[in-house]
Amino acid sequence: MRRWAAFLLRLYVTAACVCLLAPIFIVVILAFSGEGYLHFPPTSLSLQWFARFFGDLQWQHALLSSLVIGAIACLVSTTVGFFAAYAFLRAEFRGKKLLLSLMLTPIIVPSIITAIAMYYLAGRLGLIGNFLWLGLCHAVIAMPIVLLILLAALHAVDPNLERAALGLGGSRLHVFCRIVLPLALPGILSAALFAFLASFDELLISLFLAGVRAQTLPVRIWNSLNLQVEPTIAAVSAFLIGVTTLILAADGILRHRRGRRRQTAG
Amino acid sequence: MTGSIASPWTGSPAAAKAPRDRTLLLLLPAAAMLVLMFFVPMVLFFVRTFMEFQGSVAEFVTQARDLLFSRPYLTALATTNWIALTVTLAVLLVGYPIAYYLTTATGPSVSVVVLAIVLPYFTSIIVRTFSWMVLLGEHGLVNDTLRAIGVISEPLPLMYNRLGVLIGMSYVLLPYMVLTLYAAMRGIDTSLLRAAEGLGASGFYTFRRVYFPLSLHGVLSGALIVYILSIGYFITPALMGGQHDIMVAMLIDRELEVAVDWPSAALMSLSLLVVTLALYAIYYRVTDVRRLIGAR
Repeated sequence: MRRWAAFLLRLYVTAACVCLLAPIFIVVILAFSGEGYLHFPPTSLSLQWFARFFGDLQWQHALLSSLVIGAIACLVSTTVGFFAAYAFLRAEFRGKKLLLSLMLTPIIVPSIITAIAMYYLAGRLGLIGNFLWLGLCHAVIAMPIVLLILLAALHAVDPNLERAALGLGGSRLHVFCRIVLPLALPGILSAALFAFLASFDELLISLFLAGVRAQTLPVRIWNSLNLQVEPTIAAVSAFLIGVTTLILAADGILRHRRGRRRQTAG
Repeated sequence: MTGSIASPWTGSPAAAKAPRDRTLLLLLPAAAMLVLMFFVPMVLFFVRTFMEFQGSVAEFVTQARDLLFSRPYLTALATTNWIALTVTLAVLLVGYPIAYYLTTATGPSVSVVVLAIVLPYFTSIIVRTFSWMVLLGEHGLVNDTLRAIGVISEPLPLMYNRLGVLIGMSYVLLPYMVLTLYAAMRGIDTSLLRAAEGLGASGFYTFRRVYFPLSLHGVLSGALIVYILSIGYFITPALMGGQHDIMVAMLIDRELEVAVDWPSAALMSLSLLVVTLALYAIYYRVTDVRRLIGAR
């Protein structure tokens, strides 16, 4: 009876995993299709859709926009989020939990409302289509993610090391740069990767704020899905999946190093 | 890194030590960014939009009431809640066994299951929705396969209707449920299960009377987070839904894009926001907000 239950559970989980991964694999396979339209399974394979994606000026521009905006969002949210995470872990103050939950509201508030509110302000300020502004808006969405990742990662950094360094006469700044930053670095890099990803994949805020100039990859996919589905978006999707996979792999390596460091420290 | 400016926040003697004050200042950049770029635009959007209303307060209240009790809004509200509830239940039923498996299994199979959850989780929503559109379309993989093996002769309507929305949204939101449940289930003391079995309880009885009640906390957190994210959903229903699947978020977008009616959009947004924040307040009470995105 028990063995049956365990078997059924394993069977179910296997089926569920296949269903979870299938859509992603199918898109990747479609991206390599040699046919002129989206049909699965493709009868021949080619790189024609990738060639079209990387060869098309508009797609190139969208890719560049996504990268620039993602870089701004990543830089800003990681810096700001790291300081905040550090303060949350080291400072004692009342209402900590409440303040944290307030800082996480960008995850909770429906993105359509965030997007409209940001659109309203950007319209007033004449900042629609501005790369820097869109990057900063993405940073707002990415910051809570950075904060959560770093709260978990920095937990393992022993505050006694800082106290010891301070006790030995190091200045606050010195201790911060020589002790805190190096120990927190793997966590910071992980957080930065996911902050970039949050911006790179973001759709609604970009949709409202991008104008014509700053259209990102997700915005172009959205437009294509709403008007006429061109097979190129399978290649673009596969590219985005590739970026996600690379970032997850990098995070896995960083996590591994963090774990090892914890072991040697403890 | 910052000068020795005394923090204005902390008046209590416990926090009077100088280094602590300065550590607290590190919160300022994040707080400033959130206030200036998130809270202020939000307040400005609501206040300025309502200020632009020409007429008395009484007229405003009447119009607001008319809008919030209007047929399209009530229909969208019902649709939204129905979809959110169904998605939450579906995701719970599908996700619970997976999370349970993750907490009990060992070896390389765990990594594979984690990957199957995490890879879709971090893939762009628009890409995930697109992939389901490829699968469920009239000439999609599912219909083609069913036709090829002779189960159906006409393609099944799997997309541009309620079913498509439910499938697409459940797929996107399942990882939140699994990761939340997993975090809660990992905290369950397995010696309790062994004790129950030692006292002669059957496997199923132990699960029903010991394990499941202990996991209810995770069930509640997971259901809340999925429901919160569902009611504000836009992308997937907009792409995969039909004419009768207008959710509140889509109605808001339509008021802006088609009708260019800012006051109506603001009013609907405000009601959606209030409900979302109220649910978030419950979430805050029942669980640890640090588990919001399932970060370990």
